[in-house]
Order: sequence, then C-alpha cells, then structure tokens
Amino acid sequence: MYTQALDSPTPAVRPESAGQPALERRFEERIERDEKIEPKDWMPEAYRQTLIRQISQHAHSEIVGMLPEGNWITRAPSLRRKAVLIAKVQDEGGHGMYLYSAAETLGIARAELLEQLLDGRAKYSSIFNYPTLTWADVGAIGWLVDGAAIMNQIPICRCSYGPYARAMVRICKEESFHQRQGFEIMLALARGTPQQRAMAQDALERWWWPSIMMFGPSDASSKHTAQSMRWRIKRFTNDELRQRFVDVTVPQAEFLGLTIPDPALHWDEAAQHYLTGPIDWSEFKAVLQGNGPCNEERIQARRKAHEEGRWVRDAAAAHAAKHGRVRA
Amino acid sequence: MSDDWPLFEVFIRARSGLEHKHVGSLHAADARMAIEHARDVYTRRQEGVSIWVVRSSEIAASDPEEADALFEPARDKVYRHPTFYAIPDEVKNL
Repeated sequence: MYTQALDSPTPAVRPESAGQPALERRFEERIERDEKIEPKDWMPEAYRQTLIRQISQHAHSEIVGMLPEGNWITRAPSLRRKAVLIAKVQDEGGHGMYLYSAAETLGIARAELLEQLLDGRAKYSSIFNYPTLTWADVGAIGWLVDGAAIMNQIPICRCSYGPYARAMVRICKEESFHQRQGFEIMLALARGTPQQRAMAQDALERWWWPSIMMFGPSDASSKHTAQSMRWRIKRFTNDELRQRFVDVTVPQAEFLGLTIPDPALHWDEAAQHYLTGPIDWSEFKAVLQGNGPCNEERIQARRKAHEEGRWVRDAAAAHAAKHGRVRA
Repeated sequence: MSDDWPLFEVFIRARSGLEHKHVGSLHAADARMAIEHARDVYTRRQEGVSIWVVRSSEIAASDPEEADALFEPARDKVYRHPTFYAIPDEVKNL
C-alpha cells in the first residue's frame, strides 16, 4: 500500500534548487548505511528516473505476462488445473498493480505509464513475446520463467527504495506457489505417456534459452548494472543471478528426466558451477526490439483490452460524479 | 480540547524500510497540529521515524456485515499456497 503525492502541511522548497552537492552526499551516505529511501526524501534525478524505468518495466511485464498463460485457461486439462491457472494469472495482475503503485510514488501518473506501454515506448520482459503452443508451456513457464523471476526478485526485497522493496516482499511471498504448480505440471507430464513426455521436452527446449536470457545482458555489456549496484537497487549482477538459476535448475531437469537443450552444458568441478554454452544475444536483442514471435500480438491485446474497457471506466466516473460523495 | 476539532487517524513508520502502520487517532485543528500531537502522543519512546495523519472522515471502510461475503470466498482457494503442491523431497530449491 503506497500513498502517492503526499501532501506536506507546509510545502518545502523544491530541494533541487539549493544545496545539491550536500544533498547528494547525504543521499549517498544513507545508501551506504543501507537506509531506505522513501518517496518524500530527496533523491538524485537519475536515481528517480532509473527506478521509474525499472519498476514500470517490471509492472508492464506482470501485466503482459498474463497473456501467454491466460491463453490456456479455457483449455486447462482439469478443473483443478484451471482453478490454479486462474489464481496464478490473477496474481500476476495483482503484482502489476502493486508495482504501478510503487512507481507512482516517484511522481509519475499511472495513465502516463500505461500510455508508454500501449504506444510501444516502454519495454517489458522479452520472455512474454514467445507463444504458448501446448499445455506443457504452462508448466515450463511456472517452473522456469517464474523460477527465474523469483531468483531476480528476492534480492530486490532489499533494494534501497522503500516502496519497491516492500512491493517485492509481498510479490515474492505470493510467487512461491507459481513455480511449484509449474513444476508439478512438468512432473505429471514427465511421468506420463510418451506423448506427454515429448510435450514436456519440447516445452523445455523452447523456454530454456529465453529463460536464461531473462536475467538480461551479460555484465560486460549491461548499461545499467554498475550504477544500479552502487545505488543498491540491484544487489547482484545479471550473470551472478543467471548462474544461480542454472545451478538450481539443472538438477531439477535431471529429476524430471528431461534434457536441457545445450550440448555444452556441464558441471565444472573447479568452478563448482554448471557452465552453459554461449548465449545467442542476437535473439534477445531482436525480441527486445520488437521482432519476437508475439510482440505485435501482445501489444495489440493490451490496446484492445484498454479500448474495450473504456466504457466501463467512463461509466464508473459518470456514476461517481452523479452519486459519489467521496469527500464529506 | 474542543470537540469541534476533527478526528485524524495516525500512521507511524516504526523504522526505516517498514510501512506506516495505523496506531490510533487524535483530534487536531489541522494536519500540522495533528502531526505535532501525534509526535507527542504516539512517539514518546522512539516508536517511529515518520508520521502520516489523515482525516478520519476521509477513510472509507468495508462494512463488517459484509465480511463473510467479502472474505469467505478466499477460504477454499488453498491452491494459492505453495504447500498445496506435492513436490518430491529429492527436488531442491523449489
């Protein structure tokens, strides 16, 4: 729960106008002491903009992420699976709402954020531009995509910006069922008929590399990592998190009896890690730039939902204007 | 103290990083006075690092009579909890 645009009883002088170096130093010291920065605290403009970008991309990812899985709600193989999938997709929507609220504490309006998504200016996680072709994809998404997301999100619970950190605590708590339901689906298929096993294997083959790429570009070519780590928005680099994900996921795939589509993947005794083969970053860039299999479809779906929901928003506003006495 | 002063709800952030939590209410002539009073009434033992006050009349609340209708439906959705899913013990980090 965040309150936006908090009113101060006496409006303070906009701090940007005076004493900038001193304020900057105090800010750095607070970060150094692991204090949380809150909406009313002074913060450098670049910190504010970085957070707006990151939190809103995160929010957009949750909302767009509802689409590939939502695709299977009507065709879930049992009532149990259907109820679970509805609950999961509903959670993703909720997570988007927490995150938009956190972004709004930085002084940007929800409408502006949505506009950025709908007109294509804003980015969201590249993973959601891949199609969900079979039911096994729902399992693979829960297991791999949510698994990668959890790996990414747990350190953000300790991020320096209070509203973002608190939203992440809540999200991580709710996220824990998502990965387990995905693995359960994979396990059922892996223990099923040869066709079901083949379906699970096919899903792993299509989702493995995009999941690995979810952690973002390698440290050497990541534009934002160094500054974000100094500001303690990020706690680990993309490559560190990616490595952790690989290390925990490989044994899980082995348990399922499925083969990860990477012939170079091996356990390195010296490093005590599973090392992967080279990542095809050209694919990542292409998808991020709008040329993935479903980029167009995803944005069209969001625009359609926004347009078709307009009459509901208008009606609610009209009703409130007519009857609503929000203020005494 | 005059009864004419409106009621304010008081929220305190106990320490850096935590959310503000409702701690009680008080009467004050305006928001500034409410913050000053809240400081005296609710933070005498370093209970907080930040105070929010909001006019009680500005708070809309759910109807206790409707509590069942609102909250009961969540009760049978046990599948929203991770323990609902049986994962073999050999599988780690899930």
